[in-house]
Amino acid sequence: MFFAGILAENPIFRLALSMCPAVGISTTVMNGVLLGIAVLFVQVFSSCTISAIKDYIHPRIRIPTYTLTIATWVTVIDLVLAAYMPEAYKAMGIFVKLIVAFAIITMRLEMFASKNPIIPSFWDSVGMGLGFMFGMMALGFVRELLGAGTLFGHDILGFRPLLFFILPAAGFFCVGFMMAIFNYVELVLKRMKQEKS
Amino acid sequence: MRKLRQYFLLIFMLVIWGLLTAGCSQEHRFIKKVTFKGTNSIMITFAGPVDESWAKDTGNYAIYEKPDPDILLKITHITLTPDKKSVILSLEDDLNQQQPHILSIKGILSEGRSQGTATVTVKKLYFGYLFSILIGAMIIGNFVFTKYLGLCVFFGTSQKKTTAIGMGITFTLVIIVASMMSWFLYQFVLKPFRLDYLQIVVFIGLVSLSVQAVDTVLRKINPALFKAFGVFLVLVIANCIILATPLILADNEYNAWESLMLATGAGLGFLIALFLMACVRERLEISNVPPTYRGLPISFIVAGLFALAFMGFSGMVIF
Repeated sequence: MFFAGILAENPIFRLALSMCPAVGISTTVMNGVLLGIAVLFVQVFSSCTISAIKDYIHPRIRIPTYTLTIATWVTVIDLVLAAYMPEAYKAMGIFVKLIVAFAIITMRLEMFASKNPIIPSFWDSVGMGLGFMFGMMALGFVRELLGAGTLFGHDILGFRPLLFFILPAAGFFCVGFMMAIFNYVELVLKRMKQEKS
Repeated sequence: MRKLRQYFLLIFMLVIWGLLTAGCSQEHRFIKKVTFKGTNSIMITFAGPVDESWAKDTGNYAIYEKPDPDILLKITHITLTPDKKSVILSLEDDLNQQQPHILSIKGILSEGRSQGTATVTVKKLYFGYLFSILIGAMIIGNFVFTKYLGLCVFFGTSQKKTTAIGMGITFTLVIIVASMMSWFLYQFVLKPFRLDYLQIVVFIGLVSLSVQAVDTVLRKINPALFKAFGVFLVLVIANCIILATPLILADNEYNAWESLMLATGAGLGFLIALFLMACVRERLEISNVPPTYRGLPISFIVAGLFALAFMGFSGMVIF
Protein backbone atom coordinates (compact mmCIF):
# COMPACT_ATOMS: atom_id res chain seq x y z
CA MET A 1 0.00 0.00 0.00
CA PHE A 2 2.80 2.34 0.97
CA PHE A 3 4.91 1.50 -2.06
CA ALA A 4 2.01 1.43 -4.52
CA GLY A 5 2.10 5.22 -4.80
CA ILE A 6 5.81 5.34 -5.54
CA LEU A 7 6.13 3.00 -8.51
CA ALA A 8 3.11 0.99 -9.67
CA GLU A 9 0.68 3.90 -9.25
CA ASN A 10 3.10 6.80 -9.58
CA PRO A 11 0.87 9.88 -9.86
CA ILE A 12 2.89 11.56 -12.59
CA PHE A 13 4.04 8.76 -14.88
CA ARG A 14 1.41 6.06 -14.38
CA LEU A 15 -1.82 7.85 -13.48
CA ALA A 16 -0.88 10.93 -15.55
CA LEU A 17 -2.36 13.28 -12.97
CA SER A 18 -1.12 16.67 -11.74
CA MET A 19 1.26 17.16 -14.62
CA CYS A 20 1.30 20.95 -14.70
CA PRO A 21 4.10 21.34 -12.11
CA ALA A 22 5.87 18.28 -13.52
CA VAL A 23 6.29 20.16 -16.77
CA GLY A 24 6.45 23.69 -15.43
CA ILE A 25 9.00 23.86 -12.63
CA SER A 26 10.97 20.60 -12.73
CA THR A 27 14.10 22.43 -13.93
CA THR A 28 16.08 21.64 -10.75
CA VAL A 29 16.03 18.84 -8.18
CA MET A 30 15.53 21.35 -5.39
CA ASN A 31 12.29 22.65 -6.89
CA GLY A 32 11.04 19.07 -7.11
CA VAL A 33 11.89 18.41 -3.45
CA LEU A 34 10.21 21.58 -2.23
CA LEU A 35 7.01 21.22 -4.19
CA GLY A 36 7.02 17.52 -3.26
CA ILE A 37 7.14 18.44 0.42
CA ALA A 38 4.30 20.92 -0.03
CA VAL A 39 2.15 18.33 -1.80
CA LEU A 40 3.02 15.67 0.78
CA PHE A 41 1.97 18.03 3.57
CA VAL A 42 -1.35 18.90 1.94
CA GLN A 43 -2.06 15.29 0.98
CA VAL A 44 -1.37 13.88 4.45
CA PHE A 45 -3.23 16.52 6.39
CA SER A 46 -6.31 16.61 4.17
CA SER A 47 -6.46 12.80 4.09
CA CYS A 48 -6.36 12.65 7.89
CA THR A 49 -8.94 15.44 8.22
CA ILE A 50 -11.37 13.82 5.81
CA SER A 51 -10.95 10.36 7.29
CA ALA A 52 -11.54 11.77 10.79
CA ILE A 53 -14.77 13.54 9.86
CA LYS A 54 -16.02 11.15 7.16
CA ASP A 55 -19.04 10.01 9.20
CA TYR A 56 -20.40 13.56 9.43
CA ILE A 57 -20.18 14.45 5.73
CA HIS A 58 -23.39 14.14 3.76
CA PRO A 59 -22.60 12.19 0.55
CA ARG A 60 -24.13 14.88 -1.68
CA ILE A 61 -21.78 17.63 -0.53
CA ARG A 62 -18.67 15.50 -0.26
CA ILE A 63 -16.78 16.97 -3.25
CA PRO A 64 -17.16 20.62 -2.09
CA THR A 65 -16.09 19.49 1.38
CA TYR A 66 -12.95 17.89 -0.01
CA THR A 67 -12.17 20.98 -2.05
CA LEU A 68 -12.56 23.32 0.91
CA THR A 69 -10.46 21.07 3.16
CA ILE A 70 -7.67 20.98 0.59
CA ALA A 71 -7.92 24.75 0.06
CA THR A 72 -7.53 25.33 3.79
CA TRP A 73 -4.37 23.23 4.05
CA VAL A 74 -2.97 24.80 0.88
CA THR A 75 -3.49 28.23 2.41
CA VAL A 76 -1.56 27.06 5.47
CA ILE A 77 1.45 25.78 3.49
CA ASP A 78 1.30 28.81 1.18
CA LEU A 79 1.57 31.24 4.09
CA VAL A 80 4.26 29.16 5.82
CA LEU A 81 6.42 28.96 2.69
CA ALA A 82 5.96 32.67 1.96
CA ALA A 83 7.06 33.52 5.50
CA TYR A 84 10.00 31.15 6.04
CA MET A 85 11.35 30.38 2.53
CA PRO A 86 10.67 33.47 0.41
CA GLU A 87 13.35 32.59 -2.19
CA ALA A 88 12.03 29.11 -2.88
CA TYR A 89 8.47 30.41 -2.79
CA LYS A 90 9.31 32.89 -5.53
CA ALA A 91 10.86 30.16 -7.68
CA MET A 92 7.75 28.00 -7.43
CA GLY A 93 5.49 30.94 -8.17
CA ILE A 94 1.82 30.24 -8.62
CA PHE A 95 2.16 26.46 -8.46
CA VAL A 96 1.98 26.32 -4.65
CA LYS A 97 -1.44 27.92 -4.73
CA LEU A 98 -2.50 25.63 -7.55
CA ILE A 99 -2.01 22.52 -5.41
CA VAL A 100 -5.75 23.00 -4.77
CA ALA A 101 -6.51 21.97 -8.34
CA PHE A 102 -4.31 18.85 -8.34
CA ALA A 103 -6.51 15.95 -9.29
CA ILE A 104 -4.35 13.46 -7.40
CA ILE A 105 -5.28 14.79 -3.95
CA THR A 106 -9.03 14.88 -4.54
CA MET A 107 -8.85 11.43 -6.13
CA ARG A 108 -7.12 9.89 -3.10
CA LEU A 109 -9.65 11.50 -0.77
CA GLU A 110 -12.56 10.14 -2.78
CA MET A 111 -11.11 6.66 -3.35
CA PHE A 112 -9.35 5.99 -0.06
CA ALA A 113 -9.62 8.42 2.82
CA SER A 114 -13.41 8.65 2.76
CA LYS A 115 -13.74 4.89 3.25
CA ASN A 116 -10.88 4.02 5.62
CA PRO A 117 -9.86 4.91 9.18
CA ILE A 118 -7.15 7.43 9.93
CA ILE A 119 -4.04 5.21 10.14
CA PRO A 120 -4.36 3.44 6.76
CA SER A 121 -5.28 6.72 5.04
CA PHE A 122 -2.22 8.33 6.61
CA TRP A 123 0.11 5.70 5.11
CA ASP A 124 -1.70 5.78 1.77
CA SER A 125 -1.35 9.54 1.52
CA VAL A 126 2.33 9.40 2.56
CA GLY A 127 2.93 6.89 -0.25
CA MET A 128 1.16 9.04 -2.82
CA GLY A 129 2.94 12.20 -1.70
CA LEU A 130 6.32 10.47 -1.84
CA GLY A 131 5.44 9.12 -5.29
CA PHE A 132 4.78 12.64 -6.50
CA MET A 133 8.00 13.84 -4.90
CA PHE A 134 9.93 10.98 -6.49
CA GLY A 135 8.50 11.82 -9.92
CA MET A 136 9.35 15.50 -9.58
CA MET A 137 12.85 14.68 -8.35
CA ALA A 138 13.47 12.24 -11.20
CA LEU A 139 12.45 14.86 -13.74
CA GLY A 140 14.48 17.52 -11.98
CA PHE A 141 17.51 15.19 -11.86
CA VAL A 142 17.44 14.54 -15.61
CA ARG A 143 16.79 18.14 -16.54
CA GLU A 144 19.31 19.68 -14.16
CA LEU A 145 22.06 17.19 -14.97
CA LEU A 146 21.62 17.34 -18.73
CA GLY A 147 20.69 20.98 -18.99
CA ALA A 148 22.96 22.77 -16.56
CA GLY A 149 25.46 20.04 -15.56
CA THR A 150 24.68 20.57 -11.88
CA LEU A 151 22.84 18.77 -9.07
CA PHE A 152 21.33 20.64 -6.10
CA GLY A 153 23.22 23.66 -7.40
CA HIS A 154 26.66 21.93 -7.20
CA ASP A 155 28.67 21.61 -10.36
CA ILE A 156 28.97 17.93 -11.27
CA LEU A 157 29.93 17.65 -14.89
CA GLY A 158 31.72 20.93 -15.39
CA PHE A 159 30.11 21.51 -18.77
CA ARG A 160 26.62 21.75 -20.19
CA PRO A 161 25.81 18.67 -22.26
CA LEU A 162 22.37 19.64 -23.62
CA LEU A 163 21.29 23.16 -22.90
CA PHE A 164 17.97 22.31 -24.48
CA PHE A 165 16.79 20.52 -21.32
CA ILE A 166 16.82 23.67 -19.23
CA LEU A 167 14.43 25.38 -21.66
CA PRO A 168 10.85 25.49 -20.41
CA ALA A 169 9.54 23.57 -23.41
CA ALA A 170 11.77 20.57 -22.66
CA GLY A 171 9.53 19.69 -19.71
CA PHE A 172 7.05 18.18 -22.14
CA PHE A 173 9.76 16.10 -23.84
CA CYS A 174 11.14 14.93 -20.51
CA VAL A 175 7.75 13.77 -19.20
CA GLY A 176 7.06 12.08 -22.55
CA PHE A 177 10.35 10.15 -22.50
CA MET A 178 9.92 9.16 -18.86
CA MET A 179 6.42 7.83 -19.55
CA ALA A 180 7.79 5.88 -22.50
CA ILE A 181 10.46 4.36 -20.24
CA PHE A 182 7.82 3.32 -17.68
CA ASN A 183 5.74 1.79 -20.50
CA TYR A 184 8.79 -0.06 -21.82
CA VAL A 185 9.59 -1.54 -18.40
CA GLU A 186 6.00 -2.66 -18.04
CA LEU A 187 6.05 -4.24 -21.50
CA VAL A 188 9.27 -6.13 -20.77
CA LEU A 189 7.95 -7.39 -17.43
CA LYS A 190 4.75 -8.61 -19.10
CA ARG A 191 6.73 -10.46 -21.76
CA MET A 192 8.91 -12.12 -19.11
CA LYS A 193 5.81 -13.28 -17.23
CA GLN A 194 4.32 -14.74 -20.40
CA GLU A 195 7.51 -16.64 -21.18
CA LYS A 196 7.55 -18.10 -17.66
CA SER A 197 4.00 -19.40 -17.89
CA MET B 1 -44.81 45.68 -13.12
CA ARG B 2 -42.71 45.41 -16.22
CA LYS B 3 -41.74 49.05 -16.04
CA LEU B 4 -40.71 48.60 -12.43
CA ARG B 5 -38.44 45.79 -13.43
CA GLN B 6 -36.89 47.93 -16.13
CA TYR B 7 -36.22 50.67 -13.61
CA PHE B 8 -34.62 48.21 -11.26
CA LEU B 9 -32.41 46.97 -14.05
CA LEU B 10 -31.41 50.53 -14.91
CA ILE B 11 -30.61 51.40 -11.31
CA PHE B 12 -28.65 48.19 -10.88
CA MET B 13 -26.58 48.91 -13.97
CA LEU B 14 -25.93 52.49 -12.83
CA VAL B 15 -24.77 51.23 -9.45
CA ILE B 16 -22.42 48.75 -11.11
CA TRP B 17 -21.07 51.47 -13.41
CA GLY B 18 -20.56 53.80 -10.47
CA LEU B 19 -18.68 51.12 -8.56
CA LEU B 20 -16.54 50.37 -11.59
CA THR B 21 -15.56 53.96 -12.27
CA ALA B 22 -15.01 54.64 -8.59
CA GLY B 23 -12.82 51.58 -8.42
CA CYS B 24 -10.70 52.49 -11.43
CA SER B 25 -10.19 56.22 -11.37
CA GLN B 26 -7.69 57.77 -9.01
CA GLU B 27 -6.92 60.87 -11.07
CA HIS B 28 -6.39 64.21 -9.39
CA ARG B 29 -8.73 67.10 -10.17
CA PHE B 30 -5.92 69.49 -11.11
CA ILE B 31 -4.20 67.09 -13.53
CA LYS B 32 -5.74 66.80 -16.96
CA LYS B 33 -3.54 64.24 -18.66
CA VAL B 34 -0.38 62.24 -18.09
CA THR B 35 1.20 60.41 -21.03
CA PHE B 36 4.45 58.83 -22.15
CA LYS B 37 6.40 61.01 -24.57
CA GLY B 38 9.17 59.48 -26.67
CA THR B 39 11.19 56.67 -25.14
CA ASN B 40 12.32 58.31 -21.91
CA SER B 41 10.02 61.15 -20.91
CA ILE B 42 6.63 61.70 -19.37
CA MET B 43 4.37 64.68 -20.10
CA ILE B 44 2.04 66.07 -17.45
CA THR B 45 -0.71 68.49 -18.47
CA PHE B 46 -2.25 70.58 -15.68
CA ALA B 47 -5.62 72.32 -15.68
CA GLY B 48 -4.00 75.71 -14.98
CA PRO B 49 -0.56 77.33 -15.07
CA VAL B 50 1.90 76.17 -12.41
CA ASP B 51 4.74 78.07 -10.70
CA GLU B 52 8.09 77.71 -12.41
CA SER B 53 10.19 77.44 -9.25
CA TRP B 54 7.99 74.59 -8.02
CA ALA B 55 7.84 72.80 -11.36
CA LYS B 56 11.61 72.79 -11.89
CA ASP B 57 12.35 71.06 -8.57
CA THR B 58 13.04 67.35 -9.16
CA GLY B 59 12.35 66.57 -5.50
CA ASN B 60 8.65 67.17 -6.09
CA TYR B 61 8.25 64.17 -8.41
CA ALA B 62 8.61 60.46 -7.74
CA ILE B 63 8.18 57.86 -10.49
CA TYR B 64 8.26 54.10 -10.18
CA GLU B 65 6.98 51.05 -12.01
CA LYS B 66 3.80 49.68 -10.52
CA PRO B 67 5.23 46.23 -9.62
CA ASP B 68 8.35 47.57 -7.85
CA PRO B 69 7.54 50.59 -5.71
CA ASP B 70 11.01 50.48 -4.11
CA ILE B 71 12.94 51.41 -7.25
CA LEU B 72 12.51 55.13 -7.94
CA LEU B 73 13.39 56.21 -11.46
CA LYS B 74 15.87 59.08 -11.75
CA ILE B 75 14.80 62.35 -13.36
CA THR B 76 17.58 64.18 -15.25
CA HIS B 77 15.88 67.43 -16.22
CA ILE B 78 12.49 69.09 -16.36
CA THR B 79 11.15 71.38 -19.09
CA LEU B 80 8.17 73.65 -18.70
CA THR B 81 6.19 74.64 -21.80
CA PRO B 82 5.78 78.42 -22.45
CA ASP B 83 2.12 78.47 -21.36
CA LYS B 84 3.23 76.85 -18.06
CA LYS B 85 0.47 74.28 -18.27
CA SER B 86 2.60 71.27 -19.23
CA VAL B 87 5.69 69.78 -17.69
CA ILE B 88 7.96 67.28 -19.44
CA LEU B 89 10.02 65.04 -17.18
CA SER B 90 13.09 63.53 -18.86
CA LEU B 91 14.38 60.36 -17.24
CA GLU B 92 17.85 58.88 -17.17
CA ASP B 93 16.92 55.47 -18.62
CA ASP B 94 14.39 54.39 -21.19
CA LEU B 95 10.98 53.53 -19.77
CA ASN B 96 9.51 50.05 -19.92
CA GLN B 97 6.23 51.25 -21.39
CA GLN B 98 4.52 47.87 -21.06
CA GLN B 99 4.30 48.46 -17.32
CA PRO B 100 2.01 51.07 -15.84
CA HIS B 101 4.03 53.66 -13.94
CA ILE B 102 2.99 55.47 -10.80
CA LEU B 103 3.83 59.15 -10.65
CA SER B 104 3.40 61.04 -7.43
CA ILE B 105 3.56 64.83 -7.47
CA LYS B 106 4.09 66.68 -4.19
CA GLY B 107 2.39 69.94 -3.25
CA ILE B 108 1.39 71.33 -6.63
CA LEU B 109 1.66 75.14 -6.63
CA SER B 110 -0.50 77.09 -9.04
CA GLU B 111 -0.26 80.90 -8.98
CA GLY B 112 0.77 80.80 -5.35
CA ARG B 113 -2.03 78.49 -4.23
CA SER B 114 -1.41 74.90 -3.22
CA GLN B 115 -3.37 72.21 -5.08
CA GLY B 116 -2.40 69.32 -2.84
CA THR B 117 -0.48 66.17 -3.61
CA ALA B 118 -1.43 63.86 -6.47
CA THR B 119 -0.69 60.24 -7.29
CA VAL B 120 -1.50 59.24 -10.86
CA THR B 121 -0.98 56.20 -13.05
CA VAL B 122 0.75 56.60 -16.40
CA LYS B 123 -0.34 54.06 -18.98
CA LYS B 124 -0.23 53.44 -22.68
CA LEU B 125 -3.26 54.24 -24.81
CA TYR B 126 -5.98 52.35 -23.03
CA PHE B 127 -7.53 50.29 -25.83
CA GLY B 128 -4.12 49.33 -27.10
CA TYR B 129 -3.20 48.28 -23.58
CA LEU B 130 -6.35 46.17 -23.26
CA PHE B 131 -5.70 44.58 -26.64
CA SER B 132 -2.16 43.77 -25.65
CA ILE B 133 -3.44 42.01 -22.51
CA LEU B 134 -5.83 39.96 -24.65
CA ILE B 135 -3.22 38.92 -27.20
CA GLY B 136 -0.68 38.44 -24.43
CA ALA B 137 -2.85 35.93 -22.62
CA MET B 138 -4.00 34.26 -25.83
CA ILE B 139 -0.82 33.78 -27.85
CA ILE B 140 2.37 35.34 -26.43
CA GLY B 141 1.82 33.97 -22.94
CA ASN B 142 -0.45 31.08 -23.90
CA PHE B 143 -1.45 29.37 -20.67
CA VAL B 144 -0.96 25.83 -21.96
CA PHE B 145 2.22 26.15 -24.01
CA THR B 146 4.15 28.82 -22.15
CA LYS B 147 2.82 28.64 -18.58
CA TYR B 148 2.14 24.87 -18.49
CA LEU B 149 -1.23 25.06 -16.78
CA GLY B 150 -4.36 23.00 -17.32
CA LEU B 151 -2.48 20.05 -18.77
CA CYS B 152 -4.68 17.28 -17.31
CA VAL B 153 -7.77 18.49 -19.11
CA PHE B 154 -5.72 19.50 -22.13
CA PHE B 155 -4.50 15.95 -22.74
CA GLY B 156 -7.83 14.44 -21.74
CA THR B 157 -10.00 16.28 -24.24
CA SER B 158 -7.78 16.82 -27.26
CA GLN B 159 -8.39 13.49 -29.01
CA LYS B 160 -11.03 14.76 -31.43
CA LYS B 161 -11.62 18.14 -33.03
CA THR B 162 -15.32 18.24 -32.06
CA THR B 163 -14.58 17.53 -28.38
CA ALA B 164 -11.77 20.05 -28.44
CA ILE B 165 -14.01 22.83 -29.75
CA GLY B 166 -16.80 21.94 -27.32
CA MET B 167 -14.46 21.96 -24.35
CA GLY B 168 -12.79 25.19 -25.49
CA ILE B 169 -16.06 27.10 -25.85
CA THR B 170 -17.49 25.86 -22.54
CA PHE B 171 -14.24 26.70 -20.83
CA THR B 172 -14.14 30.23 -22.27
CA LEU B 173 -17.70 30.90 -21.04
CA VAL B 174 -17.04 29.60 -17.55
CA ILE B 175 -13.70 31.30 -17.12
CA ILE B 176 -15.17 34.70 -18.02
CA VAL B 177 -18.01 34.30 -15.51
CA ALA B 178 -15.73 32.94 -12.78
CA SER B 179 -12.97 35.51 -13.17
CA MET B 180 -15.33 38.45 -13.24
CA MET B 181 -17.04 37.21 -10.08
CA SER B 182 -13.78 36.64 -8.30
CA TRP B 183 -12.43 40.02 -9.42
CA PHE B 184 -15.51 41.69 -7.94
CA LEU B 185 -15.29 39.77 -4.69
CA TYR B 186 -11.56 40.37 -4.36
CA GLN B 187 -11.74 44.13 -5.02
CA PHE B 188 -14.82 44.92 -2.97
CA VAL B 189 -14.87 42.33 -0.20
CA LEU B 190 -11.54 40.64 0.39
CA LYS B 191 -9.30 43.69 -0.07
CA PRO B 192 -11.27 46.26 1.96
CA PHE B 193 -11.62 43.83 4.87
CA ARG B 194 -7.98 42.66 4.63
CA LEU B 195 -8.94 39.05 4.01
CA ASP B 196 -6.36 38.51 1.24
CA TYR B 197 -5.15 35.28 2.82
CA LEU B 198 -8.54 33.68 2.11
CA GLN B 199 -7.91 34.06 -1.66
CA ILE B 200 -7.50 30.36 -2.39
CA VAL B 201 -10.52 29.17 -0.41
CA VAL B 202 -12.79 31.88 -1.80
CA PHE B 203 -11.66 31.51 -5.43
CA ILE B 204 -12.02 27.74 -5.54
CA GLY B 205 -15.49 28.06 -3.99
CA LEU B 206 -16.47 30.68 -6.54
CA VAL B 207 -15.22 28.57 -9.43
CA SER B 208 -17.31 25.57 -8.38
CA LEU B 209 -20.24 27.89 -7.82
CA SER B 210 -20.02 29.47 -11.26
CA VAL B 211 -19.66 26.08 -12.93
CA GLN B 212 -22.85 25.01 -11.15
CA ALA B 213 -24.56 28.26 -12.16
CA VAL B 214 -23.63 27.93 -15.83
CA ASP B 215 -24.83 24.32 -15.68
CA THR B 216 -28.25 25.28 -14.29
CA VAL B 217 -28.77 28.29 -16.55
CA LEU B 218 -27.73 26.43 -19.69
CA ARG B 219 -29.97 23.47 -18.84
CA LYS B 220 -33.05 25.73 -18.61
CA ILE B 221 -32.30 28.22 -21.38
CA ASN B 222 -30.82 26.10 -24.12
CA PRO B 223 -31.24 22.33 -23.67
CA ALA B 224 -29.72 21.60 -27.08
CA LEU B 225 -26.54 23.45 -26.20
CA PHE B 226 -26.50 21.80 -22.79
CA LYS B 227 -26.69 18.38 -24.41
CA ALA B 228 -23.69 19.23 -26.54
CA PHE B 229 -21.52 20.91 -23.88
CA GLY B 230 -22.89 19.65 -20.55
CA VAL B 231 -20.36 16.84 -20.21
CA PHE B 232 -17.45 19.25 -20.33
CA LEU B 233 -18.69 21.37 -17.45
CA VAL B 234 -17.55 18.89 -14.80
CA LEU B 235 -14.08 18.81 -16.33
CA VAL B 236 -13.77 22.60 -16.17
CA ILE B 237 -13.33 22.53 -12.37
CA ALA B 238 -10.35 20.19 -12.66
CA ASN B 239 -8.50 22.74 -14.81
CA CYS B 240 -5.81 24.80 -13.12
CA ILE B 241 -6.19 27.73 -15.55
CA ILE B 242 -9.57 28.59 -14.14
CA LEU B 243 -8.01 29.01 -10.70
CA ALA B 244 -4.79 30.60 -11.95
CA THR B 245 -6.57 33.46 -13.74
CA PRO B 246 -8.26 34.91 -10.60
CA LEU B 247 -4.97 34.60 -8.71
CA ILE B 248 -3.11 36.46 -11.46
CA LEU B 249 -5.83 39.14 -11.51
CA ALA B 250 -5.50 39.58 -7.76
CA ASP B 251 -1.70 39.74 -7.91
CA ASN B 252 -1.62 42.34 -10.68
CA GLU B 253 -4.47 44.49 -9.31
CA TYR B 254 -6.19 44.60 -12.69
CA ASN B 255 -9.39 46.63 -13.07
CA ALA B 256 -12.65 45.30 -14.53
CA TRP B 257 -11.85 45.72 -18.23
CA GLU B 258 -8.34 44.38 -17.93
CA SER B 259 -9.67 41.38 -16.02
CA LEU B 260 -12.28 40.74 -18.69
CA MET B 261 -9.60 40.84 -21.37
CA LEU B 262 -7.26 38.52 -19.48
CA ALA B 263 -10.07 36.01 -18.84
CA THR B 264 -11.16 36.09 -22.49
CA GLY B 265 -7.58 35.72 -23.63
CA ALA B 266 -6.99 32.77 -21.33
CA GLY B 267 -10.16 31.03 -22.57
CA LEU B 268 -9.47 31.65 -26.25
CA GLY B 269 -5.83 30.65 -25.80
CA PHE B 270 -6.93 27.35 -24.33
CA LEU B 271 -9.35 26.87 -27.25
CA ILE B 272 -6.54 27.50 -29.76
CA ALA B 273 -4.19 25.12 -27.96
CA LEU B 274 -6.84 22.38 -27.80
CA PHE B 275 -7.73 22.75 -31.46
CA LEU B 276 -4.10 22.67 -32.66
CA MET B 277 -3.40 19.61 -30.51
CA ALA B 278 -6.57 17.82 -31.66
CA CYS B 279 -5.60 18.31 -35.32
CA VAL B 280 -2.26 16.60 -34.72
CA ARG B 281 -3.63 13.84 -32.54
CA GLU B 282 -6.23 12.87 -35.14
CA ARG B 283 -3.38 12.29 -37.55
CA LEU B 284 -1.39 10.40 -34.92
CA GLU B 285 -4.24 7.91 -34.56
CA ILE B 286 -3.65 6.56 -38.07
CA SER B 287 0.14 6.77 -38.05
CA ASN B 288 2.53 4.04 -36.99
CA VAL B 289 3.81 4.93 -33.51
CA PRO B 290 6.16 2.59 -31.56
CA PRO B 291 4.17 0.71 -28.90
CA THR B 292 5.98 2.25 -25.92
CA TYR B 293 5.16 5.73 -27.17
CA ARG B 294 1.54 5.08 -28.03
CA GLY B 295 -1.03 7.28 -26.29
CA LEU B 296 0.20 9.89 -23.84
CA PRO B 297 4.00 9.85 -24.34
CA ILE B 298 3.84 10.83 -28.01
CA SER B 299 1.21 13.49 -27.21
CA PHE B 300 3.62 14.99 -24.70
CA ILE B 301 6.35 15.14 -27.28
CA VAL B 302 4.01 16.80 -29.78
CA ALA B 303 3.03 19.32 -27.09
CA GLY B 304 6.73 19.96 -26.51
CA LEU B 305 7.17 20.79 -30.19
CA PHE B 306 4.22 23.17 -29.98
CA ALA B 307 5.73 24.77 -26.90
CA LEU B 308 8.99 25.30 -28.80
CA ALA B 309 7.04 26.95 -31.59
CA PHE B 310 5.21 29.19 -29.13
CA MET B 311 8.54 30.23 -27.63
CA GLY B 312 9.05 32.13 -30.85
CA PHE B 313 6.35 34.58 -29.77
CA SER B 314 8.07 35.40 -26.50
CA GLY B 315 9.25 38.94 -26.15
CA MET B 316 6.90 40.12 -28.89
CA VAL B 317 5.52 43.59 -28.17
CA ILE B 318 2.21 44.85 -29.45
CA PHE B 319 1.72 48.64 -29.40
